[in-house]
Amino acid sequence: MSSKQTPAQGAGVGVRGRDSGTLERFENPGLHPHKPRQADINASAAKRAERQAVTLFAISALASVGAVVGYFMIPLDQTVASVRLSNLTLGVGLGLGMLGFGLAAVHWAKTLMSDVERIDERHDQRGSDETRAEAVQLLKDGAADSGIARRPLLKGAVVGALALAPLPFIVPLVGNLGGDWDVSKLRHTAWRKGRRLAIDPTDTPIRAADVTVGSIFSVMPEGLSEEEHYLEEKAKAVVVLVRVDPRELDENAEHADWAYDGILAFSKICTHVGCPVALYEQQTHHLLCPCHQSTFDVTDGAKVVFGPAKRPLPQLPIAVDDEGYLVAQGDFDEPVGPSFWERLK
Amino acid sequence: MSTSTPARAAGATADFLDTRIGASKLVKEFARKIFPDHWSFLLGEIALYSFIVLLLSGTFLTMFFVPSMAEIHYPEDALPVTMQGVQMSEAFASTLKLSFAVKGGLLMRQIHHWAALMFMAAIVTHMLRIFFTGAFRKPRELNWIVGFLLMVLGLVAGFTGYSLPDDVLSGNGLRITDGITKGVPIIGSYASFLIFGGEFPGVDIIPRMFTAHILVVPGLILALVAVHLMLVVVHKHTQYPGPGRTNKNVVGFPLFPVYMAKAGGFFFIVFGVLALMGATMSINAVWNYGPYDPSPVSAGAQPDWYMLFLEGSLRMMPGQAEFVVGGFTVPLNVIIPAMIVPGILLGALALYPFIEAIATGDKREHHVLDRPRNVPFRTAFGVAVLAELIMLALAGSNDLIATHFSLSINDITNTFRVLFFVLPVVTFWITKRICLGLQRRDREIVLHGRETGTIIRMATGEYVEVHKPLDDFERWTLVGYEAPRPREIEPAEDSRGVRRKGYRLDSFKAALSRVFYEDRIEPVTPAELAAAHSHGEHDMLPGGTDNVEPTALAGSGQDTGHTS
Ligand code: HEM
Ligand code: FES
Repeated sequence: MSSKQTPAQGAGVGVRGRDSGTLERFENPGLHPHKPRQADINASAAKRAERQAVTLFAISALASVGAVVGYFMIPLDQTVASVRLSNLTLGVGLGLGMLGFGLAAVHWAKTLMSDVERIDERHDQRGSDETRAEAVQLLKDGAADSGIARRPLLKGAVVGALALAPLPFIVPLVGNLGGDWDVSKLRHTAWRKGRRLAIDPTDTPIRAADVTVGSIFSVMPEGLSEEEHYLEEKAKAVVVLVRVDPRELDENAEHADWAYDGILAFSKICTHVGCPVALYEQQTHHLLCPCHQSTFDVTDGAKVVFGPAKRPLPQLPIAVDDEGYLVAQGDFDEPVGPSFWERLK
Repeated sequence: MSTSTPARAAGATADFLDTRIGASKLVKEFARKIFPDHWSFLLGEIALYSFIVLLLSGTFLTMFFVPSMAEIHYPEDALPVTMQGVQMSEAFASTLKLSFAVKGGLLMRQIHHWAALMFMAAIVTHMLRIFFTGAFRKPRELNWIVGFLLMVLGLVAGFTGYSLPDDVLSGNGLRITDGITKGVPIIGSYASFLIFGGEFPGVDIIPRMFTAHILVVPGLILALVAVHLMLVVVHKHTQYPGPGRTNKNVVGFPLFPVYMAKAGGFFFIVFGVLALMGATMSINAVWNYGPYDPSPVSAGAQPDWYMLFLEGSLRMMPGQAEFVVGGFTVPLNVIIPAMIVPGILLGALALYPFIEAIATGDKREHHVLDRPRNVPFRTAFGVAVLAELIMLALAGSNDLIATHFSLSINDITNTFRVLFFVLPVVTFWITKRICLGLQRRDREIVLHGRETGTIIRMATGEYVEVHKPLDDFERWTLVGYEAPRPREIEPAEDSRGVRRKGYRLDSFKAALSRVFYEDRIEPVTPAELAAAHSHGEHDMLPGGTDNVEPTALAGSGQDTGHTS
């Protein structure tokens, strides 16, 4: 045994405060004397602890075997019940296999291994003064050997070349990461003059007459799902369609002609950070974003009435075509979705 | 007696290892190294073991998960029935396959997800333990930083993993990430393109996050865990204050066999518990949400718990903060809650050891832990930050609170907006008072002993409660601490009236120090104890009981007022 370990008792200096009123602070009394456990003094208690540990190990072994048997005996036969049963068997087997083993080991350590506290000494992290002086000297010697102090040109060259060396790795990496970097795509959506509004996800065009007051539809441009970059386009172009009593709308509002007979189409992409604004409260005419509860008033140009969004939902100007289907008058007149630095440029 | 065959084989192996790698030196150095024992030291172990379970279960998942966003139609003959024929990405389809067609696959997914939650919970509580006991003090400041980085990497690991199955919920999480990224001034839209490989959602994000999730982040975590544990060995473990524990020693049990059996056994316990959770508790049943689609979303959707504080921060911020300057949009309504608030809270945590070191001006090493009550400022500060984070997490569930308790969501949000400013102040103040109160009570106990609940009648007819004095060991735990005083600084001018350099910095340090240590309660000194005893206390001092009539009113308990 190494000498730095001393048995538990009597580590501290026993100057007791009670006898000496002059001390500034109490002195550390040293370790508490060791109290033996049942298993230390009673052979049958020790035997019992051993039996308990063995039992736990045995449970562990049985459970592990059970899990493997379950793996082979329970087929996944296209029923959810079989998936559940297989999951349960494997999981409980694995779990008890692990748990039994762990509990046994800890029980053994706690009851049968020595619980006499031992002491190691600590030493300061700091090296001794000699070691430090030696280290400084070594570094000085090394630096002198390299000649870096005497050759400033070399110093500059090393730093310069080292700074540039990562670039051939970083530039191609970052350069490719952004794809075509064409951020102007954020300004346009798939909506065009005359493009029909279709129900998401069935892609059926919507007749104005079929939109009843109080109803709400999730809408995308007709035929979008056949196009390239379908998800990217859908992520910008989705629209909510609501119909309110036209008397609720202000006829003199700026974009009164963007609605059709009380039917209004707003971008479904929240102007906060972009969740789909999916909830509609009929009585209040409020659209609610489920992510952070920004609330928009559809009778007032989808202005924000509460929540963390600042801007109204962009409105899609709509009309009806000859066959009575709802169509767009054109694209949105501003970028949809969350704010970004150059969105108004 | 001849040695048995196994013993000879072991001897041969030992000799082989020693002559090749000097194993005997390692054994001599480490085998009987002492580790202190305390339940709170298990928190870090839970984090480590959950991480190992993540590595094991994650490796299983990589065998079957397909990190691709190519669109396919789910087979008509595969479970679950609701997904048959639905258009989805290969990532989502392979997650379904893992859950329904790979034996043990669902178990591994669920173990993996539960282990991720356990991992983060253990890291956070471990961090709290380190903070409130002052284990971050010199020489362990750097290891605190390593631990802090591990927590941040844990958040990244959890977020990237959560996003992999490409379901509606995780897709919406990514969309929020995209929205926040776009809000960064000047470079926002380019940063978003950088992450997604073009416009959101694109086809690159899942493969990219897969690489981050299974290679980059676990690799970094593994490397930092190695550094973290190496530093624990270099510094030796801290210990709680108590008799025999000093800054110069470490008291506990030897690595081999006690600590190895306990810690090793504990790994199996953690794994076992996680496996039972995976077996019996369903988590992230993505087939109920469906594949990602930019249009649908359901209310009441929650991210994993460790992201809730960000969610709450976003929810609470009023939208008015967004403004336009020179035609450029600056969405402070996103920047403040998503970057500045978490930046300040996490930054304060990361730098706290250095801030406190300035306040104490203490350059010594500390290996004996603080009882939190003995450092009222730190404890109160920690509780205030914690309360703020919990409040933010609750704000991230304001819709659930609203539906659960039938309250108006606007009222709840407005309440949280007020609490954001009030709560830290109030919790700080209350915690500090509680700490000081507990310290005063410790003094009382040291001076007058513990209440015994036994009431006796004095010869004078007076009733008093018997107090039992502490023994030396008990007392040490209550008086062994130091109460740092505010730093004193040299005057601004030297004896010749010249302003000295560095005075401004010093007076800042002194002011900080006063904030930390103005209110303090000193431990009882031996002189005070002696004085208290000579006052003729009613302690059970030897001979003391002779002076009183032994008519004990047993069982009248603490609330019968006692004289002291
Ligand atoms: C460092 C800590 C890690 C954390 C916090 C973490 C967390 C997560 C989470 C929350 C999920 C979602 C699971 C779900 O519900 O479907 C996940 C998925 C996944 N993880 Fe991890 N993980 C970690 C490490 C790893 C490692 C080391 C690997 C591989 C060696 C891995 C491989 C995977 C795979 C393949 C998936 C997708 C499979 C699926 O979702 O079904 N993870 N991870
Ligand atoms: S994304 Fe709609 S409120 Fe945040």
